[in-house]
Amino acid sequence: MSSALLDVAMVATMLLVGAAALGVVLTSDPVRQAIVLAAYGLLLGVLFLLWQAPDVAMAQLAVGSVIVPLIVVLTIVTTARETRRPRDRPGSEGD
Amino acid sequence: MPRLRVALTVVGVAGVASLLLAAFLDLPDFGSVPHPYGARAVEAALDQQTANAVSSVMFDQRGMDTLGEEFILFTAAVGAMLLLRRLADETEADRLDAHHLGAGVFEAVRLVGMLMFPITLLVGAYVVVHGQVSPGGGFQGGVILASGLHVAYLAGDIPVLRRLRSLTAVDVAEAVAASGFVAVGLVAMAAGSAFLENVLPKGRLTDLLSGGTVPLLNVVTGVEVTAALVLLVGKFLEQGLLTGAAHEDSDA
Repeated sequence: MSSALLDVAMVATMLLVGAAALGVVLTSDPVRQAIVLAAYGLLLGVLFLLWQAPDVAMAQLAVGSVIVPLIVVLTIVTTARETRRPRDRPGSEGD
Repeated sequence: MPRLRVALTVVGVAGVASLLLAAFLDLPDFGSVPHPYGARAVEAALDQQTANAVSSVMFDQRGMDTLGEEFILFTAAVGAMLLLRRLADETEADRLDAHHLGAGVFEAVRLVGMLMFPITLLVGAYVVVHGQVSPGGGFQGGVILASGLHVAYLAGDIPVLRRLRSLTAVDVAEAVAASGFVAVGLVAMAAGSAFLENVLPKGRLTDLLSGGTVPLLNVVTGVEVTAALVLLVGKFLEQGLLTGAAHEDSDA
């Protein structure tokens, strides 16, 4: 990639990361926020790659856009269930 | 009292901020050539026949820091397992089959998942063992391996995941790999060098087996990270999907 083109890509990615970060903060619904967070993590990975840090980009892509959103969504599933229906005593339900 | 706390916070934040600012102003210019840190780190990496300078920094030049980082993940996994263990008054759904999740997965997603599963595992293993010659290493590869194992879950293959998380081998692998890092450091001491000093033959630059202890530490870290993340995400999955799930029938 030519140097001017790389500069443009770097600035564009930085702006996109900034916009995505704002998007994460402005998303109020936690489930949607997890998805926006994954997109933000992906953009941040691209940014690291353009900044010649492929090692960090790799870790960022896997952790920031897969593992963390997955854990957030699973936590929401669990807490939503607990608040909707208080846990029953053991053996009180046969199913 | 709250006012005191706010005042203390302001003092603390202002102190840290001014110190950080002073440090930043003293940093070498961004992208300056030659960069004082970059040049030294790359030179040391080449001396140790490690083509990936980042791996050389992480596992050779400052292996002690990486040991600490590894144990952060180890502790996080242990903590999550303690917190998310099944309590006496929680029930675990035994009957977790197509009815619950598998049926909700699109055929196309299932197909892509089945295709991606082996590919992701292969990529993860490649990234772990090539950490000394190309970008990546134990941490990155381990995370890819752990994500790959959860692709099976995304594809709707719950039994695979169940079998995996009931494997005591994963617990054992995590503990053995975490102590393996320390063991490599102690071997260096037994050989008469400092803890974690790179005492193995360095090989030839860009060879798969180059960099002395770097590939060894990469593999150990890869196993540790994979096991820790499988345990961590597995515990969250268990809480989210299995524990107490017997009461859930209408949930989509």
